[in-house]
Amino acid sequence: MTTTDQPLLSVAGVTKYYGDRMGCADVSFDLWPGEVLAVVGESGSGKTTLLNCISSRLRPTRGSVHYAMRDGQSRSLFEMGEAERRFLMRTDWGFVHQNPADGLRMTVSAGANVGERLMAVGDRHYGRIRGTAIDWLGRVEIAADRIDDQPRAFSGGMRQRLQIARNLVTAPRLVFMDEPTGGLDVSVQARLLDLVRGLVSDLDLSIIVVTHDLAVARLLSHRMMVMKDGHVIETGLTDRVLDDPREPYTQLLVSSILQV
Amino acid sequence: MNPHASGFAAYNFAYLDEQTKRMIRRAILKAIAIPGYQVPFASREMPMPYGWGTGGVQVTAAILGADDTLKVIDQGSDDTTNSVSIRKFFEKTAGVATTTRTADASIIQTRHRIPEEPLKSGQVLVYQVPIPEPLRFLEPRETETRKMHALEEYGLMHVKLYEDIAKNGRIATTYAYPVKIEGRYVMDPSPTPKFDNPKMNDSPALQLFGAGREKRIYAVPPHTEVVSLDFEDHPFEINRFEDTCALCGAEGVYLDEVILDDKGNRMFCCSDTDHCEQRREAGHSGARAGQGLEASQ
Amino acid sequence: MAAPLVLRNVRKSFTMHLRGGIEIPVVDGVDFQAEAGTCTVLGGPSGIGKSSILKMIYGNYGVDGGQILINHAGTTMDLASAEPRTVLDIRRRTLGYVSQFLRTVPRVSALDIVAEPLVRTGTPAKAARGNASALLNRLNLPQELWDLPPATFSGGEQQRVNIARGFITSHPVLLLDEPTASLDARNRKVVVAMIREKKANGVALVGIFHDADVRDAIADTVIDVSSFTARKAA
Repeated sequence: MTTTDQPLLSVAGVTKYYGDRMGCADVSFDLWPGEVLAVVGESGSGKTTLLNCISSRLRPTRGSVHYAMRDGQSRSLFEMGEAERRFLMRTDWGFVHQNPADGLRMTVSAGANVGERLMAVGDRHYGRIRGTAIDWLGRVEIAADRIDDQPRAFSGGMRQRLQIARNLVTAPRLVFMDEPTGGLDVSVQARLLDLVRGLVSDLDLSIIVVTHDLAVARLLSHRMMVMKDGHVIETGLTDRVLDDPREPYTQLLVSSILQV
Repeated sequence: MNPHASGFAAYNFAYLDEQTKRMIRRAILKAIAIPGYQVPFASREMPMPYGWGTGGVQVTAAILGADDTLKVIDQGSDDTTNSVSIRKFFEKTAGVATTTRTADASIIQTRHRIPEEPLKSGQVLVYQVPIPEPLRFLEPRETETRKMHALEEYGLMHVKLYEDIAKNGRIATTYAYPVKIEGRYVMDPSPTPKFDNPKMNDSPALQLFGAGREKRIYAVPPHTEVVSLDFEDHPFEINRFEDTCALCGAEGVYLDEVILDDKGNRMFCCSDTDHCEQRREAGHSGARAGQGLEASQ
Repeated sequence: MAAPLVLRNVRKSFTMHLRGGIEIPVVDGVDFQAEAGTCTVLGGPSGIGKSSILKMIYGNYGVDGGQILINHAGTTMDLASAEPRTVLDIRRRTLGYVSQFLRTVPRVSALDIVAEPLVRTGTPAKAARGNASALLNRLNLPQELWDLPPATFSGGEQQRVNIARGFITSHPVLLLDEPTASLDARNRKVVVAMIREKKANGVALVGIFHDADVRDAIADTVIDVSSFTARKAA
């Protein structure tokens, strides 16, 4: 994490209504370069709605999201054209879904899954694309000889690692993660978390990770936001929120963790 | 009103009513104005099943005039069921002249081949298209593929070619090989063999594509750039045949393999029957010339 | 401000919402400063709030009132009200902490855990590992363990990894929460020597030591924390 004067992402007053029903209300925060922010809360607390709003996958009812582009200019996401926004999403951003099948193309090979973003930005050299794919498979601990296998033949943990490689191949600066360890066994989770931790520090990534698992938040994030009923009820340093929770709900959440 | 009414319940000229033809012509004009772009149109029920060229037939019906000469080919052949039926259909409903000679035709409706004889200015080639969307192989959502066309997001097309090379060591797609039109829209050239792709580029003829079931029309106007997609290190190549036509001896044309018996005997001959006949009339002959297909049986 | 770390009238209590919202006061009116090159020892019986004070300084516990001023990169910052990313930056560059227990990370080797604070501030990994090896060697951690994740280590082994991780940087302020509790006499001596070196290098240390020998060997000031708990509920 480096100290800079400009936040990477600035979220102001983001509110989303589905008809009369509120998804999330009046959420504001800044995300700084190299920072990992965990959004925690139980199902229905609005954390996924928030993630979709700030990643421009969903248009909020109110509020704004500004992003510092690579040239340093701060741009309002919802004032960008769709072409530009989609370009941003497949170059400077990543999105890791809970279910790898939502983020992967299950019927094409692992190599093509990793290479797709490169081809999308105009790389037209097969050998080079394949070389980069092999390199990235290695970084997410997938053997090079699996490059031509389809993700259908992969275990859940491998699929999730493949999804991460597919997202990181264009060196994005911001990655959104929605319950990245959701469906995985505990030992597979640990491996994935460790991998993500390493990539964060090697690549100076900023991450917004939505999770209901406080252990994931503890291990990955610098800072935490606790959501309940669509509102952010507590926010702060991850270890501060977990070790000295203030709000009744946060205390309940923390005291509900199973201790091993 | 109808010059072809003959006592029976009469057909309008070329089967479709005038309003429908106008609607289709508007779609064709738009398609010509935006080369490679798939224009939706209100495809009609035709008196033939989907897959038999209902899209091509509607395009042909919309552009056909009384003084046109029509040629219909199916995989290069003028005399298969499909081409004979469609030719007869227009003979009956429009009373137009028909021909098997490429040079004599003003409109050529085709299923999956481009004639060997170079097309001329003023000719129109009408393709029958089963699946107009080149991106569907990897992205089944129509809403998404339309957006990808609109935003020129064509990386996915190369994913398909990448898969080909990864599996086969080379681009093994041999038909419906994707092309980019005038540097903008990626288009499915219908399931023509990629052998024919280079003929689409800078063609003096107008090329129209009709997909009946999918209700889409698209076009390549004359002298339009048509580039087959590829990789720098795996450039586009057309398939070359080692054999020559067994009947007319032609080289460098698209050949069909014909199985002659159940003992493994076979021969290669021109897929374009008109081209083959013309050559034989001009005195060319191949290895099996004169024997006919029956001779070996 | 001369002292690198100053606490002014710091107050802390816990509100237990799950138990009817009862308020448990921890400390009140905490007032002391840690001078460069000295070791300030927090004294008093257990349960009196010594660890809580260290955790407040480190930013791990929130602060209800007062100021915790630290000299960070040439300016004075108030840790009690600092933004999270400021606290993180202070931890990275100014403020070290040896906690009572090592929080292990799955799959990361002991050597890398120790080297991490240096790597994070830009030291090349190889040099950082070299420093880490020297420290683990000095703390008599068997070399066979260096490449293993410490989750399965004994308490004393984990504690030595933790100490090495805290001592590897040259942060001007270092907090020590019972670093010698589970160590044998030989390793306690090593830690005492390491603390003396930190003092000689001008580091301000604040620590909790239950072991009287160690405390006597390194303490410059002993602060009686029970004097900060005057308003404790009956």
